[in-house]
Amino acid sequence: MVAVDGLGWWGVPLAIFAGAIRVSTPYLLVSLGECITEKSGRINLGLEGVLIMGAMAGYGTSLATGSAWAGVLAAGLVGALLGLLHGLLCSLRRVNDIAIGISIMLFGTGLAFFLGKPLVQPQAPMLNAIPFGFWSSSPQIQSALQINPLFLIGIVLAVVLHYAFRYTRWGMQLRIVGDSADAALALGLRVLPTRILATVIGGFLAGVGGAFLSLYYPGSWNEGLSSGQGIIAVALVIFARWEPLRCLWASLLFGGAGALGPALQAMGITSGYYLFNAAPYVLTLGILIATGSPSRTLAGAPGELSLVRN
Amino acid sequence: MELTRRFLPLVEAVGIPVMALLVAMLLFAGFVAAVGQSPLEVFVLLYKGAFGSSFSWQNTLLRAAPLILTGLAVAIPAQAGMVIIGGEGALALGALTSAVAASALQGASPHWVQAGMLLSGALCGGVWIGLSGWLRQYRGVNETIGSLLLSYIAIALLNFFVEGPLKDPASLNKPSTAPIGDANMIGNLPGMDVHYGLLFGAIFALVTWVILKFTTVGFALKTVGGNPRAAQMAGLRVNYWIVGAAFAGGSAAGLAGAIEVAAVQGAANASVVAGYGYAGILVAFIARQNPFAVIPVAVLIGGINAAGGMLQRRLDMPDATVLVLQGIIFVVIIASETLNGRLRLIKFKPLSPVSAAISAKT
Amino acid sequence: MSKFDFSIPRRTFLKTIGAATALTAMGPLASRTVLAADKLTVGVIYVGPRGDFGYNQSHAQAAANIKKMPGIKVVEEEKVPETVAVQKVMESMIEQDGAKLIFATSFGYFDPHVLKMAAKYPDVRFAHCGGLWSEGKPKNVGSFFGYIDECEYLSGIVAAHATKSKKLGFIAAKPIPQVLRNINSFTLGAQSIDPSITTHVIFTGDWSMPVKEAEAANGLIDQGCDVLTCHVDGPKVIVETAEKRGVYSCGYHASQAALAPKGYLTGAEWDWTTPYKMLVTATEEGKPMINFLRGGLKEGFVKMSPYGKAVTAKAKAKADGVKAKMLKGDFVIFKGPIKDNAGNTVIQAGVSLGQQDVVLEQMNYLVAGVVGKA
Repeated sequence: MVAVDGLGWWGVPLAIFAGAIRVSTPYLLVSLGECITEKSGRINLGLEGVLIMGAMAGYGTSLATGSAWAGVLAAGLVGALLGLLHGLLCSLRRVNDIAIGISIMLFGTGLAFFLGKPLVQPQAPMLNAIPFGFWSSSPQIQSALQINPLFLIGIVLAVVLHYAFRYTRWGMQLRIVGDSADAALALGLRVLPTRILATVIGGFLAGVGGAFLSLYYPGSWNEGLSSGQGIIAVALVIFARWEPLRCLWASLLFGGAGALGPALQAMGITSGYYLFNAAPYVLTLGILIATGSPSRTLAGAPGELSLVRN
Repeated sequence: MELTRRFLPLVEAVGIPVMALLVAMLLFAGFVAAVGQSPLEVFVLLYKGAFGSSFSWQNTLLRAAPLILTGLAVAIPAQAGMVIIGGEGALALGALTSAVAASALQGASPHWVQAGMLLSGALCGGVWIGLSGWLRQYRGVNETIGSLLLSYIAIALLNFFVEGPLKDPASLNKPSTAPIGDANMIGNLPGMDVHYGLLFGAIFALVTWVILKFTTVGFALKTVGGNPRAAQMAGLRVNYWIVGAAFAGGSAAGLAGAIEVAAVQGAANASVVAGYGYAGILVAFIARQNPFAVIPVAVLIGGINAAGGMLQRRLDMPDATVLVLQGIIFVVIIASETLNGRLRLIKFKPLSPVSAAISAKT
Repeated sequence: MSKFDFSIPRRTFLKTIGAATALTAMGPLASRTVLAADKLTVGVIYVGPRGDFGYNQSHAQAAANIKKMPGIKVVEEEKVPETVAVQKVMESMIEQDGAKLIFATSFGYFDPHVLKMAAKYPDVRFAHCGGLWSEGKPKNVGSFFGYIDECEYLSGIVAAHATKSKKLGFIAAKPIPQVLRNINSFTLGAQSIDPSITTHVIFTGDWSMPVKEAEAANGLIDQGCDVLTCHVDGPKVIVETAEKRGVYSCGYHASQAALAPKGYLTGAEWDWTTPYKMLVTATEEGKPMINFLRGGLKEGFVKMSPYGKAVTAKAKAKADGVKAKMLKGDFVIFKGPIKDNAGNTVIQAGVSLGQQDVVLEQMNYLVAGVVGKA
């Protein structure tokens, strides 16, 4: 056990920084996945259920196999399966994607809680982090710079998607399918398979996001694990105006703002903690209000998206 | 032939969901068998728990009461094309405001206190969701994300006030506002163990349905939501309609919060945040945003929740069993909407190829 | 955890009546009631999942123990919110299962839900955990609770021996009297060893917030706290985070020793079986309802986790000495003068508040040395 000196006020920016890295990863992975899905013209509101199902499946698999990465893979596959369900059902005529999403949220949550009952108590092997803070003698900085590979994968993915949407063939195809099914058909693109695939990928990433929660931070499985991260991540995609890089900033912002409350309390500022804890929501709304204007509602929105279609 | 054609919409509206329900039951039976329980036993218990006796029926209706109102909180703005998911927050603020109103009106006759609570709760919920509509029209903030963020903020405000400035020191381990007083509580419907909230919800739903069905309001909302430019050209004040629809929806959720305080809790506290608002999203989408259909759907969900206890107590199955059942039911019901309009083609020969093509297109 | 092993079919009912066809003929309600006629049916209601490795599980453990008593049938419902739902669950247990004694285990169930049902069903007994029964409340209602602050005091003593930074961290859900009493006892225990020790408190705002709890744990450790403890529904995440960061932890509700082999010092645990058995026996024997039931270490309502290997012999000796006094019933935790952390005297010099004093159950302050606001 090490004796640690308190950081004092430096703890607040450090906590926000560290919190941004620790807490943002599920938001990042889920929002990038949803970004792909929404670019194809569908919205999957069920990612909250997918995330929870992924968290449970990942934890259970890690426990059973002894490999946390096997857990991550299992979480992704379970997520992909739920994505496939969403993708297929929404391909039926007249079926509303938002409604199916809400149903899948309920189904995924219920199934995860049902099957996850025996997983609350045992300890599963966790994902390891890369100690980027090795150069520092401060344990706080060392801890803050414990970075999980999934976070790095998320960053790389955001950059790759940013370019892929613009400059690659499949990125263009995805966007055309999402902007106008008629135009896509005219160009000979396969609309439904593209959308189903986009939803499957979105589900996979959301499942992995869930595995991050159960296998790294906070690193446990229980029924209170997700406090709406999945649904917030879907909202962040709209906030980020369907731009992968903006999803990254939005996730970091949200994660960092979430660390503000606990960090201030650790300093001894304990009154009004409910209001500090609401900081991520206030901040996000504030930015939306400040940057929005009546004419820019739909800037960047895929044309076929039911959520924003007017 | 003519008669069957006239009733076809009704056959579809009732027949397809019932069929879907049966399919979902079959899937659930498979799940139940897979975890080692007897499906037959499970279904018998579910039926008994939800609708098997007058006690079960009252249990079901009591649980359905808030869901009717939170369902309307989604269904009404949906008429103007908005997807509102922040009902939970409007409910929380409605509860808080009604408790404040009750303490401001202490001393007045119970009817005045109750009227004040319900009105102020509805007003506050309406303003909160109306704000989502306003932000959408005037600041370009998407109403779905806007209402969600406002919902989290509202719950934080409720907790802050209940544990801070408005806390009754006597509430000790359950921080609450000052009690509204036993005399001011809203009682039960005559001869039933279900409070008046059920009636208020049903009336709200029916009045909304009648207005949308028999006046031009429904059409105006559809136009405003579907094609704002055309609406503007037709002389409709788009912003007013949008904010108004959001306000009306929010007032339903706020009313639900006020009823929770006035008929159940007797004070505002964190217990009112019990997920009714989120369940309302589900209710509205299953009801296809039809205010009338919100009532039976809320009763169905209330029934499943009531029956879930039977499975826990008799078979030692976990609480999540009913979540799985609800998930399966709603996935299947929503997916079954694809059959809408197809029964016509399957069962009844169309009058001409042209009309078949038209009905297939719509 | 065989409770959640679904591979074992639970068809005792089917076996009992022989054939599935009889099920539809008789209906489960009728046959169950007949079967239950000679047994005492006890209902237990939890606010969270009963396998939460925390508060709800501590009650489920007691329910499992009374299930083993002869002539007792237990029916349970978990994750019941503090709304009309809990009223209807109580009524269902009474009407459909014939329950004569109901354990309502969440504080929020008491007012108005338990009180309302107690008035409606005067011949059913309602045992509520944590509430404060007082004269004038229905006679068929009883409130039971454990003086777990005794364990917190002992944990504080052990923590004081372990800390180097003299800063302890406490993560709690809400600043309610039960929680404040635990924080204060923990701090007073630590200050009995070294008066300069401070306790830093973070309130997460709700009973199960794993991400926020992990953030709080990291925040406290970053501020130099080197022993963490908590009062939330499931302490697993906090104990694990402490272990990961290389600081000590004290557990709550149940033993989390297995989660932190290096840093787990000790912990405060419930032993609800004692009050459950007392209440069940009183019902069986037709004795009056025990309206106000409390107990601490001495009565076996609470217990300490076994000491972890990081606890020094000196710390053990000191804590065991105080524990012996508690077991004899002559140790007072809240003995004046005690000041709160705003400088006001909250317990006058010369005033000793014994554990049974209900004034302590209305605590609304944090003692001097606690950094945080009640």
